[in-house]
Amino acid sequence: MRRRGPLTLVLTGLLGAALGLAGCFTERQHEGEKIYATHCANCHGAQGEGLKRLIPPLAKSDYVAKNRTGLACLIRKGIKGPLVVNDVEFNQAMPAADSHLTDSQITNLLNFVQTSWGNQGEVFTIREVSAQLQGCGASDGQ
Amino acid sequence: MTFFRFRQALTISLLALGSTLLLPGCSADKNNAAATERLPFIGEREVRPRADGGPADTVYATIPAFRLTNQDGKVITNQTFAGKVYVTDFFFATCPSICPKMQSELLRVYDKFKGDPRVLFLSHTIDPAHDSIPVLRDYAQRLGIADAARWHFATAPHDTIFALARAYMTAAQVDKGVAGGFAHSGAFALIDPQRRIRGVYDGMNPLEVQRLLDDLPVLLREVEQEQKAAK
Ligand code: HEC
Repeated sequence: MRRRGPLTLVLTGLLGAALGLAGCFTERQHEGEKIYATHCANCHGAQGEGLKRLIPPLAKSDYVAKNRTGLACLIRKGIKGPLVVNDVEFNQAMPAADSHLTDSQITNLLNFVQTSWGNQGEVFTIREVSAQLQGCGASDGQ
Repeated sequence: MTFFRFRQALTISLLALGSTLLLPGCSADKNNAAATERLPFIGEREVRPRADGGPADTVYATIPAFRLTNQDGKVITNQTFAGKVYVTDFFFATCPSICPKMQSELLRVYDKFKGDPRVLFLSHTIDPAHDSIPVLRDYAQRLGIADAARWHFATAPHDTIFALARAYMTAAQVDKGVAGGFAHSGAFALIDPQRRIRGVYDGMNPLEVQRLLDDLPVLLREVEQEQKAAK
């Protein structure tokens, strides 16, 4: 009873492969969401809500809506100094992302922000993001 | 070493969690069980034989004497917390990783107890070189904490802070390999009026923070009973 028969092995193999594949697809689909969870959520909150007057919100942020052309560089390089979001002044430092994000990862991340928590921003193409990043000398062409 | 102790503390408190979860379940009268429930004592304990040969006393680890400065520039010591229970953590204003989440969780606890003067809060900066008193004041105000007497954001020389972090079992240390330059566990510690640690919680985990929210009334009840008995 303890020994696994060949059939079980095959089944496990198939199941594993199926799970692996599914995992692969969802990973691509949800890349932006995952990057948000690992790189941004500790500060900006799981729902993009921000934290009082320390960390600005990303949900329904007028800054995001008004500064479309600066968003890719903001994520790659961080930002500090006074900044107003929805009439509240913030003045704290946001560091550059803690590990390198490729142009395409930044695209997926921005698109997650643009379409989450009630945001209805226009989505980005990777070309647009790479062009923005070239503007601040930070595109990696990937 | 510190980390090991911290894990140990967590294990102990997790065991305690198990029993608090079980207790109300087993008892038909929930209130009765809650009334006799007591939080564990965390940390090293010493059993001291009594000179008169009676049953030995158990002495629990206590928080050492400290002297810090808060966001209003006021000196705070153990005396500031006399007769109170308090929740403490270690953070720094420019922390790129866990602090915002951790402080927003502590804020959740503060919001529940801000009307109760028996509960105080104490956040220590582990980056005293950067977090001057004006920086701490700005941080507190931005977090919405107007009354420094209820939630102290405190600083002290580096060594004092790190020794305290060990005493509170919150495992903060300098680590140049970590983003921001400091490693810390994001733990909250719950301290009773006798300066003993009664709970250690992972401040990054909302379930653990819920356990702190559940433990606070249990400790307050114990303190109330002791104060009554002392009268
Ligand atoms: C360490 C905390 C922290 C992390 C991590 C962080 N941010 Fe920020 N973010 C901030 C702060 C603080 C500001 C405001 C900076 C200032 O005051 O100049 C900000 C500002 C912003 C802004 C512009 C203001 C707004 O709210 O619309 C955007 C957009 C933004 N961050 C997106 C992100 C994204 C996307 C990530 C993940 C890659 C991220 N941030 C990671 C702290 C952080």
